[in-house]
Parts: sequence; C-alpha cells; structure tokens
Amino acid sequence: MKNKISLTVNNIQYSLDPIPGETLADLLRNRLRLTGTKIGCGEAECGACTVLVDGEPIMSCIYPAERADGKNITTIEGLAQRVHEVMKLHPLQEAFVEHGAVQCGFCIPGQIMTAYALLKRNPNPNSDEIRFALKDTLCRCAGYPTIENAIIAAAESLRTGEPVKLPNIPDSIHTHNVVGHTHLRPDAIEKVTGDAIYTDDLVFDGMLYAKARRAMVPHAILKKLDITKAKALKGVVAVLTADDIPGEHNHGLVIFDWPTMIGIGERVRYVGDALAIVAAESQQIAEQASALIEAEFDLQPVITNPVQARQAGQPQLHPNGNLLKHIKVRKGDMDKGFAEADVILEHTFHTPITDHAFLEPECSIAVPVKPDRSSGDLSGFRLEIYVGSQIPYQDKTQVARVMGWDESRVRVVGQLMGGGFGGKEDVMGQIHSAMLANVTGRPVKLLFDRHESLLVHPKRHATQIRVKIGAKKNGRIVACESELYGDTGAYASLGEKVMTRATTHSAGPYDIKHVRADCYAMYTNNPPAGAFRGFGVTQSAFAVESMMDMLAEKLNIEPVELRRMNALHVGSITNTGQELKESVGLTECIDRVEGEMLKVSGLSKVELFKPRVTLDTPHLVRSWGFAAAYKNTGLGGGAPDISGADVELYEDGTFQVRSSSAEMGQGLVSVMRMIVAEEMSVAPDKVRVLVMDTDLTPNGGPTTASRQTYVTGNASRYAAKTLRDEITGSMAEKYDVKPEQIKFKDGIVHVNGTSLTYADVYKEMKGMGKNPCVRYEYEAPKTQPLGTGGDMHFAFSFGVQAAEVEVNTQTGEVRVLKVIAANDVGMAVNPLGLRGQVEGGVMMGLGNALTEEFIMDNGYVVTDHLARYRVPGIMLTPEITAIIVEHPTAEGPYGAKGVGEICSIPTTPAITNAIYNAVGVRIDKTPVDQEMIAREIWEREGK
Amino acid sequence: MNLWQNFIRPKNLSEAMDAFARAARPLVPIAGGTDLMLDLEQGRHEPVQTLLDVTSIAEMTLLEVRGNELFIGAAVPVNRISLDPLIATHAQALAEAAALIAGPQVRNVATLGGNVAHALPAADGTIALTALNAEAEIAGITGTHRIPFQELFLGPGKSSLKHGEELLVGFHLPLTNNHQASCFKRIMRPQGVALPIINCAVWLERENDKVNQIRIAVGPGASTPWRAAEAEKFLAGKSMNDETINAALEILLAQIGFRSSARRASADYRRHIVDGLFRDVIQSAWERAVLTLKL
Repeated sequence: MKNKISLTVNNIQYSLDPIPGETLADLLRNRLRLTGTKIGCGEAECGACTVLVDGEPIMSCIYPAERADGKNITTIEGLAQRVHEVMKLHPLQEAFVEHGAVQCGFCIPGQIMTAYALLKRNPNPNSDEIRFALKDTLCRCAGYPTIENAIIAAAESLRTGEPVKLPNIPDSIHTHNVVGHTHLRPDAIEKVTGDAIYTDDLVFDGMLYAKARRAMVPHAILKKLDITKAKALKGVVAVLTADDIPGEHNHGLVIFDWPTMIGIGERVRYVGDALAIVAAESQQIAEQASALIEAEFDLQPVITNPVQARQAGQPQLHPNGNLLKHIKVRKGDMDKGFAEADVILEHTFHTPITDHAFLEPECSIAVPVKPDRSSGDLSGFRLEIYVGSQIPYQDKTQVARVMGWDESRVRVVGQLMGGGFGGKEDVMGQIHSAMLANVTGRPVKLLFDRHESLLVHPKRHATQIRVKIGAKKNGRIVACESELYGDTGAYASLGEKVMTRATTHSAGPYDIKHVRADCYAMYTNNPPAGAFRGFGVTQSAFAVESMMDMLAEKLNIEPVELRRMNALHVGSITNTGQELKESVGLTECIDRVEGEMLKVSGLSKVELFKPRVTLDTPHLVRSWGFAAAYKNTGLGGGAPDISGADVELYEDGTFQVRSSSAEMGQGLVSVMRMIVAEEMSVAPDKVRVLVMDTDLTPNGGPTTASRQTYVTGNASRYAAKTLRDEITGSMAEKYDVKPEQIKFKDGIVHVNGTSLTYADVYKEMKGMGKNPCVRYEYEAPKTQPLGTGGDMHFAFSFGVQAAEVEVNTQTGEVRVLKVIAANDVGMAVNPLGLRGQVEGGVMMGLGNALTEEFIMDNGYVVTDHLARYRVPGIMLTPEITAIIVEHPTAEGPYGAKGVGEICSIPTTPAITNAIYNAVGVRIDKTPVDQEMIAREIWEREGK
Repeated sequence: MNLWQNFIRPKNLSEAMDAFARAARPLVPIAGGTDLMLDLEQGRHEPVQTLLDVTSIAEMTLLEVRGNELFIGAAVPVNRISLDPLIATHAQALAEAAALIAGPQVRNVATLGGNVAHALPAADGTIALTALNAEAEIAGITGTHRIPFQELFLGPGKSSLKHGEELLVGFHLPLTNNHQASCFKRIMRPQGVALPIINCAVWLERENDKVNQIRIAVGPGASTPWRAAEAEKFLAGKSMNDETINAALEILLAQIGFRSSARRASADYRRHIVDGLFRDVIQSAWERAVLTLKL
C-alpha cells in the first residue's frame, strides 16, 4: 500500500499518488503543468530546473518526487502575485526584464529561483556572493554581467521598497523616435514568470512519444536490423525504418546527403545516424523499445580528422569521396608578395570541435490536422510541426521532401527557442516526428535528451590552419597564405559555406596585396559540423590574430599599431576582390579599445602588453592581449538574400508585424517591433510580432550569418513604409488633401486639421474597401560568388577586443579579468539587446578559448553529457566593457548591420595573445591547456 | 522500465534495518542522490526495486558534539557542513572542501556520506576527512560499529560497506583544541571534462614555531585515500620553515603514487603543482593554529 505524496507548491496543497521513478521536475511539469521549470540537461549541471524546497534551491531534475512529501515547493510560477487579474512581478522578475537579462529565456526560471533563495538569505549580496550562489546556473546567451546587475538592483528594491533602478545604457548616436533607444523585449515578461511556452511544454490530446535508435558506431555497413522485440512491447504504436520512408531518403540544407534513416546495406557515417524510430504511449516505453532494437554492423575503419580524410587509401564516405569542397581564395601574386617581405613567419594552429550547448534541447511535435482543423476523420490531413527552428521554411521543405508530399501539406509552427547559435538550422526530429505522426494519425513528440543532443546535432568545425605571413620591416603586411582543413563530419550540413567563410576571412581584417588561401572541407566519421556563431571565422581569426602578434613581436612593433597600419578601411580591396565603399569602422574600434585599455589599466602603451606581477604574488602574472576581426552580414557569395515581412493594422489601432525569421533569444522580435513602431509613429507596445509560422508569416530566410536585423529589419521597415504610404494615399483621397498634408505623429494621423487614431484609420480604410495590410519582400543588394571578384558581401561588421588575463606560473591556470569589446554594428537599433549580444558573445568566445572541447575518441563521443562539456558559468565571467561603434551602412535599416557573430570572434585570440604576453607561452591549439602552459614554463626555467 | 519501483523513507535506523530485511530487492540506499540518480538515469546503474532514502533517518542528519568528538551524520547535506559553526571550529578543512563540492543547488541535497560511499579516493570530502582522522560509524542488522575512516575504501569505487546490508551512519571527528587547525585546497582544470586534478588537506598542532603533530592527505595519491605518512613523521617535532617544508615535500613526492589520468592531468603535472598547493595548505593551517580557539 503506497502512501500519497503530500506537498505544497506555490502555496497550494496537493496530494498525489506516487509514480515509480518520477522526479520532482516531472511531477511539476507533467502533473501540475507548471512548465516554467525547465529541463536543460537532466543531469544536475545546468540549473534550469532549480526550484526551492523548503526555501533552499535544488535541482528538481534529479530530486525524487517522493522525497518532496511534506515539503513546501516554490517554483517560478509562485513569485509574481496576481491581484485582481493584474500581475505584479517580483522585483527580481522586474529587474531581469528592465536590465535586459532575459534573452532566450530558457535558463531564466533557474536564474531567478536561485537568486530568490539568495536574497531571502542575504538581502544585500555583493558580487562574489552572487557568483557563488549562481555558480552552477548556466546561461548560454551568457548575459552574466547583466544578470548580476539585475540581482543587485532587485536586492536594493527589496530592501528600500523603491522601484527597481534602471540600467544606464547609452543610446545610439543615430537615434530616431524609437530605434536607437533602449527597448524591452516583447517576450520578456512571460519569460520571467514561467508562462513562456517552449516546444516541450506543449501537450496534445492523444500525443505519442518518439525515440530514435542511433547507430552508436562511427563507421559501418548496416547488416541487419531486428525491430520485432520493440514492436511487441506493450505501448509501442509504431516502429519505422528506412524502408518506411515515403519520399526522398536524404535531407540536408544545401546538399541532400544526410539519410533520414540508414537502410540495410547502407553506410553508417557517425554515431548519431538513425536506424529506426519508435512511437509509444510514453517516453519511457519509447526509450525501452528503442533499446530493444537489435542491429548488426560490418564495422569499417574510422576517419577521425580531415587531414586523414584527404590522404590516399582512406575509405570513401560519400559517392564523391571525402572532399566536400576545395575552397580557393586568390589575390595578387604570392611569389612576388613573399619576395617583397622582409620577414616571413609560418605557423600551424588547431581548433577542436565545439558544441552550441543551447540550454533547450531539440524538440519537435508533429500534429496531424484536417485542413479546416475540424476533428474526426483525418482524411487529407496536413502535418503541423511545432519546433524551435532557425529556418522554418527549410524545415517545411525538408519534411515535405522526405514525406513525398506537396509542401502545402506541411506547416511549421515555430516556438520560442531556448538558444540556437547556429545549432538549430539542420532538421533534427522534425522529419522523424512527421513520419510517425503520419502513420499513427496521432500527435508525436520527439524530444532529445542532452545526451542525444550532444551526439547528434552539427557542431563547430574542428580545423587545422597553417598561416604564412610576410611583412615589410615597417610593418606593412604584403603577403598572407593559408591552408585550412575543416572537419565537416559525416554530412555536409552548412560545411561548405562555413569553411568558405573561414577561408575568405583567413587573412584577417587587413588590407593585404597578395593573398592565397586553400581550404579542404572534408567528410569524416565525426558528428556533422555546420553553423555555429562565427561561422568558421572564429577558427581562422584565432590563427591569423595569433600570427599578427607573432609578427608584431618579430618586427618589434606594438600589436595595436601593427593592426592599425594594416586595417581595412574605406577604399580597401578585400581578399576576395571586393572594394569597401563605406561602413568600415575597424580603425575606430582599434582606437577606442586601445583608449579604454589605457584608461582602465592606467598603464602606458608599452606596459600594456608586458608581464606584470605584484610583490606578494610573484607567481600570478598579468598582461593584456589584443585582437581584431571582421565578419560578413548576410549570406553573400551570390546567394539571393531575401526576407519577407507583413505589417497589418488591426481594428483596435494596433499593428502586427510578421516574418518567418527565427527568434532564438537574440532579440529580433524587439528589432522588428521597434522598426514598425518607428515607421508608423506609434509606441512600440502597439506593435505585436509574430514569427516562425509558415502558414501565417512570409519567409524570412534562414536565421544565420548575422543577417536578420538587416534583411528582416529592412523587410519590416519597407512593409511599414508601404503601409504608411497606402494610408497616406487613402486619407488623401478620402479627405481630398495633398499627401504632403498628412502627418504621422505620436500614434495619430494628422490629416490637415483632423486627427485620426489608427483605429479610425482602420475604419476609414475598410470603409473604402481597402485592407490595411502590406507584404514586402526585401532583397538585399546582389553579391558575387567567390572567385568572380566583385562584392561577395553587402556589408561587414568589425570587432576589436582586448583581454586582460592573469596566469598562474606554477599551475598554468588562466583567469580572464577584463574584456573590452568594440563592435562596429552600423547602428545600434536596440542598445539594450545589443549589450546582451555582446556580453554573451564574449562569454562564448571565452568558453571557446578556455573551457570548451567536444572530445572524440576514434569516432566515439567522449563528451556525451553536459557534465563533460564545460560551458563557462558566472564564476569565469570577467568585467566586460562593451563599446558600440556606429559606421552606418547605407542600405541597412537606419544604417544597421549584423552583430550576432562579430562580438564573439576576437575573444579567443585576445585571450591567447594576453597569455603569451604574460608568460611567453604561445597557444596554438584551443582550448588553452593549463598543463601545457605550466610545462612550458617549468621546462624553460629548468625545474 | 522505471528507474525504481518503491521509494521508502525510514524514520530511524531500526526501520531502515527492517527494510533491509523485508523490502524488495535490488535495494539501494539513496542519500542526496546527486550521483545515484544520474547513474540510474544514464544507465550506469540497473533499475532497482527499492530506493531507501537515508535522508529521512533522524540519526543520520545530526550534526553535534558528543563528548570529545564531533558527529556528522552521513545524510547531512554538504551545504550545511560548509556553513555550520561547529564544522568551522573543529573541521575547517571539511568546511572548505564542502564549499567546493559542485554548486549550491547540488550542495543542498548532496551528502557527505554519499561523497564518501562512492569510494573515490580523491573526493574533496574524503581527502578532508582523511586528514581529520575521522572514524566511520556503520549500521548493520546486528548493530552499529566504528572503523577508521580509511578502512571504508578497498579500491577506486570499491567501498568496504556491505551492499544492501549496511549503512554508513556518520563520521566521528576528534574535536579541535587550541593551536590545532586544518585546511583544504584544490586545483581545477577547467578545460574539457573539468574536474579537480589535485587536492590536499592538512591538520596540524602547533607549539610556537614547532609542529607537534601533523596529518597530510593528498588526492589522488593512491587507489584509496592517501596520507603522506613519511612526511608527517618527518615534520613532527620540527620547526616550521622553508627548509623543513622543502624536505617534507621531497619525502612526500618520493612516497606518493601520482598517476596520469587521460584528459585531466599527467602524473608529471601533478608532481609539479603539488609543490605550490602543499605549501599553500600547510601555510594556511599553520597560520590558523596560532590562534587560541574560543571554545
């Protein structure tokens, strides 16, 4: 006879029957439907599931539900007070919103609950105490400094009873009425209250749960697959294999080389390949069934790296071999260039695979619905796919292709995303859930756990990069040659595009006459590699910016000066033959970072890059390091770069702007809302934003390449402008005045003495038989393919960073103390959102430099749990100073260009250069290995 | 395939022993569960019939002075250990180790007993308890008994506790007197798998500038928790100065069996960095021991 679990959750008492094996997180999420408590890892690593048990924060994902018997539980839903239907936020929630600490929002419940427990215990915590309390509550958008400031502001408000103090964020230097001023995210409030719904929070009637059986061997021919035991298991509704694929077998973003499932006699190319998929009445049964599927393999030799992949005599992984693409950049004459050089340096660098580790693991739900959404007989149904995806329209195409359907039968309904960073561009469970929903006629949820997420989705390319650089004695660089190997893993994903960007940017943001780069993007038996914030430039910038410091030392020129004298400027020709005609803020970035460095350190220019110690801690050596980078905005390379947006005026005088572009936490929805508010002269809260629904929103293209502020920003802007013109035309006609006499101001349309609200305008337009709704398809300026000369990209962003590190010469440990980051973003549309992007970018760069390595062992994944893949937490967060540089690009919205990637790129070389400056150890392989640093020091000192 | 079928919460040791006799097997005791739950969820531990929750057993959650000893229940959360004034007075090294175990949310449920019962030879709590000369109290169906702390360990991951028959009830530590003090520190490697690579705890008794007694534990020094017995003998009765510390370190290095662990640290590296760590820990303990305790 089992006892009931009696517990109090947010002051409500419950008495529930125990369910064997249930965790507290499951109880809260599944039984009480309190889905504000998130599951990021299921292994007590990320903190997203933090709730309070009798006032103390715990990880609910590993807390047995039965232990909560007799306990008092507080979840994120319990903080805000609802008084007469009005929600009063807790000061912590308010501060997180006002300070811009909310980005993707997935970690926020955990952050707030942890902070809430801290403030109960300690009403006035200092920075160290906050960091100690939030040590294991990860934020991958990584707005740690802002989170800390928000907590301090909330604590003050709680102590004094005064309203939460607002942050001091400077406006853009190019402000308009709305754009250029700080603006809060439209989705911030629901993200701090726990009301925000992500895909896994959805439940549909009759929903089944899916699980894929993964190959778990890196390279093999599938000999046999036995699904009989799985099919026989009670509660299993469907088991499908490659034989059951109705349409095309392969999917992919550019190249369709990725099998939906591996068939008998076909090749397994990495551990994450799917062999079969199961749908069952519960997640547990699905997992059990998947484990019952038996596979026999003919194991093949494993290709572990791109250099091996290119050697003769290796197994060939794809019909065209192992070479995905040989990418070439040619400019000038290398022989001539190196002949002109007084100094030539050459060095080879290595970077590992890294993982996005977005906190929300992948989840897709496929729901069969009748076209008219009626119930009953499903004949002629469509599939609605609920998913957080960076490219909703591509998902739709890929699902339809494999289903053998017309695309109109698929609707992708994009959900809030708990981070993407490039890792949610490829399809993961979308096709599998669709296939299972198709055969069962029931909704099917396919949720990855963290383990599966780490195994399966595309990563950042591991690279080997050799750079040879030649310069005159005076510092002018005359030649740069590079050879890159990129590990694109088992399938192409966006490998060709990523490695193209790595290659074209491999000589850095410098004006160099003679450039040659060759890149071999190679297939291997590692997990596929694709898009990841920085898109290849993260890797090549590490190589070339390390070379720049090596060159500076050799030439005895200040590292800042060397970069300044070679920096791209208006009139420069890039490596791909593009003349830069405007918006090159690199020199200003260099100057301002240098100025800030001098200011905060109080050092002279010469001292900055020298080692510094204090008398009582001679083993702790500090120094600064410096790096610069550039990154294209937009797809470039001749790809049409198009985004569509609708702007519609509603009866109540509000607007909606719609585009199928992804909001993954980066803040696009704020940008769209602000732009439409600007153009329609209304307050931003009069504009609602709808994104990522392929039935309701026009195609915004992929959310990648730092392109959305530019392209969807422009689409929203031009749609709003067109609507305004239509209103002007209509009102001019109606009131018989000249269009020039119609003015838009403060939410009112002034028609020669008559003031109309937008609700009035709506009525007037409808009365005239006009629909106040405009669709605008924006196409960015045409670009040229690599190798043809001309403009390969329509805009570039520039970034410069300086990092101050402290190296322990005994242990080799490295601490980053300060980072100064200047980014030329053209124009800061939303300075608050921009700050979040910069802080997060720096932290992601810091992780790339110091902690993150996705470790493979002969095709098998070692880092297959979050516990083994170290995402930087708040304890590693340095003081980050964000400097915004604004050299507008004429065609961008109000001059804006991309920021999402550039802010993350220079961080790694700035840190590794600082390490060299401190202790003379050159890091040519990331992440920094403290043992290697210590060893070099003790060997050098003969200890 | 539920990870467990029955979750039972005995209120005292006799109920627990009763459960050992009667509850469905396999039966596994669960304390904080911060390791066990992961082992179950990630398939490293077979699903079980019965989880026996030891955090509900009153005797195991006590933290109190008993005569001239400090008793720490095996089910006391490590966060409480890191904050409790009794620990701060009598077992500074343990307070410091407990504060470094995982993050706050895990520390609120993780227990010292769990940390020890996994029998990892270099767990932070284990190294601190080794230097503090703890004794372990074990309950079985026939009653309770005490063994020296280190006898809990048979090898890496192998505890001498009889599975499904015995419970680790808690730890007994000698109280700290005047001029006695301890300290714990560790060095992390944040790259890759991110685990501590070396830790060290020292307890000592000081008489002016002389070391009266000292206990030194270093992890990972062997396949079970390791004490630098030779270095301890050497230091006893010596004056504390650079010369003696250098000599002690040499003895320690001659005796210790550092090994290389893939992706964490090489033996070489450990031999190199133990130098600074050891000096640091011994120095802190030494400085603390100058103070007269307010007991």
